[in-house]
Amino acid sequence: MEPIMIEGTPKTPTVKFDSGEGIFEIKGRSIPENSVEFYKPLVDWLESYKESPLDKTTVNIRLEYFNTSSSKCILDVFKKLEAIHKAKNEVEVNWYYEEDDEDMLEAGEDYESIIRVPFKMIEITD
Amino acid sequence: MSFNIENYFSDQPKDNIILHYKGNVDSDVINHILDSVEEKLVAVDEHPKLRKKVYNVLVESLQNLYHHVDKVPDDYEDQIDKYGLLVVRRIEGGYKIVTGNFVQTENKEKLEEKIKRINRSSHEEIKELYKFILNHQRISAKGGGGLGLVDIARKTGNKLGYEFVGYDDNYSFFYLDILVTEEKEN
Repeated sequence: MEPIMIEGTPKTPTVKFDSGEGIFEIKGRSIPENSVEFYKPLVDWLESYKESPLDKTTVNIRLEYFNTSSSKCILDVFKKLEAIHKAKNEVEVNWYYEEDDEDMLEAGEDYESIIRVPFKMIEITD
Repeated sequence: MSFNIENYFSDQPKDNIILHYKGNVDSDVINHILDSVEEKLVAVDEHPKLRKKVYNVLVESLQNLYHHVDKVPDDYEDQIDKYGLLVVRRIEGGYKIVTGNFVQTENKEKLEEKIKRINRSSHEEIKELYKFILNHQRISAKGGGGLGLVDIARKTGNKLGYEFVGYDDNYSFFYLDILVTEEKEN
């Protein structure tokens, strides 16, 4: 599978999905008006990856901001990961949040309570 | 008394205005406003926690306008597609963000019900409501997720202030009044 490499913009995150390494990363700001347009290719890619995933997939989410429209799309990403996990593959989500950013921590906990995949909450301290 | 949006502004205190905008709320305008407010808050060395909350609330309130504004009345002076207004003001202990837009009478009741429901909910109930909508509601044809107001209430921890000012039989002008305040120590 061709990896996905997307450079971040002020409104959309940097994305690196590499099926060779099994490490997926979404980083930066995700506040586009039309989030479906941005996330649909990622969700489709994960749908293909689901067919033959690595034994272990690590997902790093390191967002500074995301809007509510992205929050639904991010849930769609997690639902694909949940399906991979359900098919007896190891999946781990590392949810990063900046020191003191309780809103971002709570957002991670929301997903953790909805999605049956192990989450690790990691505080970023400078 | 004639309808005049400027009257609303002239009744507001003039001091500590961070930003004041009236006009089309398209994607470029949103970018510009977000950059400008963020720069100003960084320049005054605002606490990161409060700065992030203001930014988040601003994103949601502007994108609410972007996705949901009704078309302006046919006889209104500014015939703009996505007509909205925004004021960001520094206040004691935080920031006040006011948005305004036209709402058709048929959509007014639904919007008011939504706000009332949010305002009578506890913080815990708002969290649950957010999760429920996140998990059960699809993104609408307009592109909104139906989560904007809930998110604003959740992040600020404050009640949503609002007012509908009658324009004519078919339209009201809707003001949303949001307080983003520093959190109190427990």
